[in-house]
Amino acid sequence: MDIQLIFFYIFAVMAVGGALSVLLFRSPVYCALALVGTFGFLAAIFILLGNEFVAAIQILVYAGAIMVLFLFVIMLLNLRTVEPFNLKWSLPKVLGVVVSIGILAQMIGVFTSAAARLGPMGAYSPERIAQEGAVQIIGQILFTDYVLPFEVISVLLMVAVIGAVVIAKRRLPPPGEEGR
Amino acid sequence: MIPVSHVLSLSAILFTIGVTGVIIRRNAIVVFMCIELMLNAVNLAFIGFAYGMHSMVGVMFVFFVLIVAAAEAVVGLSIMLAIFRNKGTLNVDEINLLRW
Repeated sequence: MDIQLIFFYIFAVMAVGGALSVLLFRSPVYCALALVGTFGFLAAIFILLGNEFVAAIQILVYAGAIMVLFLFVIMLLNLRTVEPFNLKWSLPKVLGVVVSIGILAQMIGVFTSAAARLGPMGAYSPERIAQEGAVQIIGQILFTDYVLPFEVISVLLMVAVIGAVVIAKRRLPPPGEEGR
Repeated sequence: MIPVSHVLSLSAILFTIGVTGVIIRRNAIVVFMCIELMLNAVNLAFIGFAYGMHSMVGVMFVFFVLIVAAAEAVVGLSIMLAIFRNKGTLNVDEINLLRW
C-alpha cells in the first residue's frame, strides 16, 4: 500500500475523531479547540491532495482567524453561567439522527459509484502544477476567469464587516439621558 | 494516488457529523461550529474533485467558500452577541421569537 494512502487514512480517522469530539464535548471551549484540530487534519489532507496553498489558507483563515473569533465570543459571553450540555434524547432528535445517517448512506452510495465516471480530465495535472507553481496558476485563473466573483466578494466582505459592527454595538442612550 | 471516492466518503462523514450536531446540540455557538464543519466538508469534496479531475475550478470554489464562511462567522457571532445581551441565553430552544 502506498504511503500517501496510509497517511490519508491516519489523518481521516483523526479528523473524524475531532469532529465527533466537537459533537460530544460539553464545554463550548473544548468544542472550539477540537474544531481547530479537525481543521488542522483537514489541512494535512489538502496537502496530501496536492493543494498546499489551500492548506495554508485553511490554517490561516479557519484555524487562525475564525476559531479565534469563536473563542473570543465564548470568553466574552462567559458561557459558564449557561446551563451545561446534557444530551436529552427526545423523539425529534432521534428521528433527526436517523435521517442524517440515511443522508450519509445515500451520499456515500452516490460518491463511491460516481468515481467510475469522473468526466474528462482538466488541463492542470499535478506535474504541471508542480512545474508552474500552484499559487501562480491560482492567481492567473482568479484574475482572468473569476475576476467578477472576486470583486463581488469584496463587496460581500465589506457588507459583513459593517453589518457586524452595526449588529453588535450597544444601543447608545438617546441624547439628554446620558447619565441614565 | 488517493482514490477520489475515499476523499468524498470522508467528506460525507464529516458533513453528516455536522448535520447531527446541528440537530442534537442546543448551544447556539456549538451549532454554529457544526455549520463551519459542514462548510469544511464541502471544501474537502471540492478539493477531492479538483484532485481527481486535474482541474482548478474546485480550488477557486474553495477560495470563495472560505470567504463566505468568514463573512458568515463574523455576522453570525455578532448576532449571537446581540441575542445574549437581550435574552441572556444562547440555548436555541429558548430563542423562539420567530417560531410561530
